[in-house]
Amino acid sequence: MSDILDILLTAGFWAATIRIVSPLIFGTLGELICERAGVLNLGIEGIMTVGAMAGWMWVYQGGDLWTGVLFAAFVGAIFGLLHAGFTVHLGLSQHVSGIGITLFASSLSYFVYRMLLPNATTPPKIKPFESVPIPILSDIPFVGEALFTQSPLTYLAFLTVPAVWYVLYRMPVGLAIRMAGENPMAVEAQGINVLSIRTGAVMAGSALMAIGGAFITMSWFDAFYFGMINGRGWICVALVIFASWKPGKALIGALLFAGLEAMQVRAQQVAGAAIPYQFFLMLPYLLSIVAMVFMARRARYPQALLVPFRRGERI
Amino acid sequence: MLIEPRQSVSALASALAPVVAIMATLALCSVLIIWTGTPVLNAYYLLFKGAFGSGFAIKETLTRSIPLIFTGLAVAIAFRAKFYNIGAEGQLYCGALAATVFGTGLITLPPAVMIPFLIVVGALAGGALLIVPVLLKTRLNVDEVVTTLLLNFIVLLLVSYLIEGPLRDPGALGWPQAASIIDQGVFPKLLARGRLHAGLLFAIIAAVLVWAMMKFTVLGYEIRAVGYNPKAANFAGIRVNRTVIITAMLSGGLAGIAGVSEVAGLKGYLTLDLSPGFGYTGIAVAMLAQLHPLAVVPSALFLSAVYVGADAMSRAVNIPTYIADVLVGVSVLAILVSVMFTRYRIRWN
Repeated sequence: MSDILDILLTAGFWAATIRIVSPLIFGTLGELICERAGVLNLGIEGIMTVGAMAGWMWVYQGGDLWTGVLFAAFVGAIFGLLHAGFTVHLGLSQHVSGIGITLFASSLSYFVYRMLLPNATTPPKIKPFESVPIPILSDIPFVGEALFTQSPLTYLAFLTVPAVWYVLYRMPVGLAIRMAGENPMAVEAQGINVLSIRTGAVMAGSALMAIGGAFITMSWFDAFYFGMINGRGWICVALVIFASWKPGKALIGALLFAGLEAMQVRAQQVAGAAIPYQFFLMLPYLLSIVAMVFMARRARYPQALLVPFRRGERI
Repeated sequence: MLIEPRQSVSALASALAPVVAIMATLALCSVLIIWTGTPVLNAYYLLFKGAFGSGFAIKETLTRSIPLIFTGLAVAIAFRAKFYNIGAEGQLYCGALAATVFGTGLITLPPAVMIPFLIVVGALAGGALLIVPVLLKTRLNVDEVVTTLLLNFIVLLLVSYLIEGPLRDPGALGWPQAASIIDQGVFPKLLARGRLHAGLLFAIIAAVLVWAMMKFTVLGYEIRAVGYNPKAANFAGIRVNRTVIITAMLSGGLAGIAGVSEVAGLKGYLTLDLSPGFGYTGIAVAMLAQLHPLAVVPSALFLSAVYVGADAMSRAVNIPTYIADVLVGVSVLAILVSVMFTRYRIRWN
């Protein structure tokens, strides 16, 4: 127990938490937007993979880091468009389409990577985002090192939370998105095209997911490995439920989760011999399931989630 | 553009749907093949030859289709009830674990009893893994996709721990693997040379049994009813929750048998890389078969051929083996669209 408190008192733990939370924030917010509009996007794992590969490859081929992030977002949006085409326009099973997109996007990432780097036995590296200390704030002892000396993409992640909140709750398009997920007939009655709103939401959400993937290869690590995303996409889906589809709670959930994961890495070093490392690695997945169970009773699903909208169809 | 339901679904269209999907998949993926610089038809010819071009190739394709038939059946049953079991991978490993625990010397029985015993034990283990997700779904309405998926990762870590620790085979020269299945538990080989084992027979029998169950028994009727419309099924007096739970147990059980088959039939012992994603490919198998148990067999054969052929193709020309995974992923999407066209018609106004 005192070991845990000791870990909590190190700045390194908090810095790691903030670093781990960044892709989760992007992924969870992305999925949140999709589900709020009524579309379950199970392609998240594949989209994060393809975002990771696309952003990294852009930089590896000589591009600049920020344009790499934009490119990753663009690629994510394309896969989002594909998913939206199947689920929103054709009304096909959102589960199967999402899984198909995950299989397709991840395998395509590996294929493209192998094609462009056929002989790489050790993954080549790029120069990733450097951590940018925020002036003045980063000089605060402990807090400064932990919170204000992070990668620019991390700052972007944290800024995205209020941005998404603002768009969803304070802008007309956000209202349309939320309504598309609750009562699409009402949206249609306002003269807004439900299919366009849903498609746009899925594309935007997928772009965010891809940026989350790109964070891992362009900021956290500096190379692309197979199996890099390692289930983080699915964890984001669980976190959306935990967050009751609200951006603020999504941040809290993601932070809790990232904190536990950062703790798990350090606890391994402390308890190392006694408990095998695999059990520590299991914790994130177990906790995601627990989180979902915890919120399940009180979960207020967007009412039109998983229901395709067919114009003119009576309920 | 209006999407209209068709008056009736013609049987011919349903039979052609997977063929059209496969053609579309091959056509779309030819873009990637053109990128590699290989002539497309040559590449696909090499793929076909790699899967069926020699006695050895055919045996490989058949061997690799065995776990795919089981996982395909597992997914097909579950999806029929709209229970999205993505955890076939973990259930496979659970079955393999059970076979390892019971089949490496703990209990010795004559082969005629041992093999069915291992199969049953593996099925129970696979089904047991789904207890938590299915109860979460029926009691608390927790989406089963994420829970079954996350359990895959958990099970894999558990297997990793067990074969590095308690189940480790001391005679394996430092390589992390479990002890070998005892001779009485090993599936007999079907042919004198090669790796083809009795699992193929078990798989085909399983497919027939599942088909018969779905078509002729009350349970099969209930499963399909729940899948089409749970509310209507409930109204008709079917106990929806009970049906979903039974479906999940059957589904997990079949995936577990896949694991037993790989350990007791093919490899002889449990390793961490026992399954290169059979659980996930099973989804593609089931979708291509349109969730029909008998169609799962040719569907599994086809996807197995894709993998075996792509392996051979990648040795002949420089196309990365991931082309097989791309083909599988695209085929899931293609069959989804293709089946839609059997049920709906597009009217361009």
